[in-house]
Amino acid sequence: MAIQAEPFVVNVGPQHPSTHGVFRMKLTLDGERIVDADMVIGYLHRSIEKLAEERTWTQNIPFMDRTDYLAAMTGNQAIVLAAEKMMAIEPPERAKYIRVIMAELQRFASHCMAVGTFVNDCGAWQTPLMYMLREREKVLDLFEMVCGARVTLNYMRIGGVAFDLPDEFVPACRQLIEEDFPRRMEEYARLLIGNEIILARSRGIGVLPAELAIASSCSGPMLRGSGVAWDIRKADPYDVYDRMDFEIPVGYQGDCYDRFLVRFEEMQQSIAIVKQALDALPGGPEKVDIPLAPMAPPGEQYSRVESPRGELGIYAVSDGSPNPYRFHIRSPSYINLSALKQMTVGHTVADAVVILGSIDIVVGEVDR
Amino acid sequence: MIALEHFYDARDLQNIVEAVTDGMNEQLAYVVAALLGCLAILGFVGVTAIINIWIERRLIARMQVRLGPNRVGPMGLLQPVADALKLIQKEVLVPRAGDRFIFLVAPLLVFIPPMFTFGVLPFGENMAFVDLDVAVLFVIAFSSITTLLIFMAAWSSNNKYALFGAMRVIAMLVSYEVPLVLAAMGPVIFAESMSLQDIVEFQKDNWTLLLLIQPLAFVIFMLSATAEINRSPFDLAEAESEIVAGYLTEFSGMKWGLFYAVELVNALTASGIAATLFLGGWWFFGLEEYVPGWMIVIGKIYLFYFVFMWFRGTLPRLRMDQLMSFAWKYLLPLALLNVLIAGVQSTLWARNDWDEAVAFPIFGLINVGLIGLLALAFGRLLASSMAEAPRRAHLGAQLGEIYRSPA
Repeated sequence: MAIQAEPFVVNVGPQHPSTHGVFRMKLTLDGERIVDADMVIGYLHRSIEKLAEERTWTQNIPFMDRTDYLAAMTGNQAIVLAAEKMMAIEPPERAKYIRVIMAELQRFASHCMAVGTFVNDCGAWQTPLMYMLREREKVLDLFEMVCGARVTLNYMRIGGVAFDLPDEFVPACRQLIEEDFPRRMEEYARLLIGNEIILARSRGIGVLPAELAIASSCSGPMLRGSGVAWDIRKADPYDVYDRMDFEIPVGYQGDCYDRFLVRFEEMQQSIAIVKQALDALPGGPEKVDIPLAPMAPPGEQYSRVESPRGELGIYAVSDGSPNPYRFHIRSPSYINLSALKQMTVGHTVADAVVILGSIDIVVGEVDR
Repeated sequence: MIALEHFYDARDLQNIVEAVTDGMNEQLAYVVAALLGCLAILGFVGVTAIINIWIERRLIARMQVRLGPNRVGPMGLLQPVADALKLIQKEVLVPRAGDRFIFLVAPLLVFIPPMFTFGVLPFGENMAFVDLDVAVLFVIAFSSITTLLIFMAAWSSNNKYALFGAMRVIAMLVSYEVPLVLAAMGPVIFAESMSLQDIVEFQKDNWTLLLLIQPLAFVIFMLSATAEINRSPFDLAEAESEIVAGYLTEFSGMKWGLFYAVELVNALTASGIAATLFLGGWWFFGLEEYVPGWMIVIGKIYLFYFVFMWFRGTLPRLRMDQLMSFAWKYLLPLALLNVLIAGVQSTLWARNDWDEAVAFPIFGLINVGLIGLLALAFGRLLASSMAEAPRRAHLGAQLGEIYRSPA
């Protein structure tokens, strides 16, 4: 005889250790099994898109640090590429290489957090997260060396980057990516990949079929974890990615474990890209001279980069003034969340947390 | 003052009790001895609970490449004191929709069962507060009462997360109590007594550790005990990343502190029982001639406590249904098998009057071989379901293509 019970509604969040910020999942449960999931967002809405309309293009760069605060460099890259596309400015070669180095280091740091919090959500009490934070700190040290900031960097500029690399950057970076990181990554691979408990918790959980992933416009590791080989760096190369040699890692099943594996592999690909960019780093100026408040000709443009979370697009309309007329951010975290309901229904509360961890959202970017 | 002829005679609590109660009439002596014993247990538990906070935080910090508390006092030793002072100052919030009385009384009651457990734990040849004939049964009965008190706390706080925690605790109690009891049966069968003192004496008389004769029982006991005391990787009742803090969600101030302390004390009791059942308690191959028995017990307790901390620092958490199937499908059959083996071996040994010096090493070897075989078989079983799990994401993908499982 089955026990008939009222549906049990639990609000996971906005104040919850595993919602990665102030995201709220409204779960309808039958026992511990989820029968319905609702997402409530907007707790971190700061109306960045509207604020951006009141500021010049250069003044908007710091906003992009604060949307995706775990990957400020790729946010910077997205807005400067958008502005350059609108104003038809070509940055010098050296700046392009520096941007690629920074973006890949940022991807490594962001995936460190993603992997660490994912294993944390699987229930490992802080230990993997702390190890991953250690690696992230090393990358943040490099950023501090270059621009003085660690998290909200505000480093890239329209037509280049704010400062040239200091002399000590290249040896320090080489030391990290050629010696420290490969050794540590090997250690982490031994510890985490194939771990029975992580496998038990993430294999076959939160399966996102490739068709659903495409239909819900997922991008980044979410899409690649489902087996779709799609990467903006290859599909629509920007800066100097067309000269870099790297692979697109894909998963087969689209479960949490595949997404975790894809992120893990992307970290290694990032190391390889940084190595190539350092080898080919040309001399010359790091930026071109542009006016303080450059004006874009009237028109509209969509430009996109591959942020650690997926396709970070900026759709901007200009009316010829120094400010953008409309500034829309296509944030990957927000769009990746759209398949959450299909992924969680049928699993348990404990799985919902793991699934959310494997999506790797940054609520600052979801709500903007 | 016959019992305390030398100052070092004070190492044994029995001697102190005899010295104090010397010359008193019988009733008074009984009361004084009982009070002294109570004070000793309370003191031991209180002090170790405070020290363990520091040990656990420092040790896990080292495992997590952090420093841990190092500001208050030398090496952060006074951190637990500072924490306790802070907790005492904090307001205890009671949920308006909760059951106020039960909510306030649960954290006090939850401290009682581990104290009772320490009452039967032998700390030395004459240093058990009571040497019960049914000590093993007593310990198991009292350790399950903790679970009911946790359920009281959770139910009275009228919180959905707390309810999750409570339901998980009850489910875990129901499933892990069974293998725990069956595993504790192994030593009991060999010692032919349920008294913890007798089990230690058995190991002493036969110059062996029951860990060596009953390795399978030991492994099952440790795993079930970890679940029983809600420690990682079985800490589902307060799984931070899933249900906030489980049954502790609504507790604040010293009420929360009491639960936290009880959690540490419970780990200590479980370690104590494991040390007594499987590692010889206060006896350790003649070492007790030179070192007071209670020091040996405490050393063994911390050995097991370290293992619990190690678990916590390294292992991810299992899901509820996986935990249940682990208990019922894996631990329970093994525990039953172990009881059968222990019964057969002890019967053979008793009936045939075999020499202990020959029989026990052979039993030990057989059982170690058996556990190795079973572990291997279980590994195979696990591996068969994990065979398709890739170790690396697929590389060399062509842009725009969709990859599917090769199977």
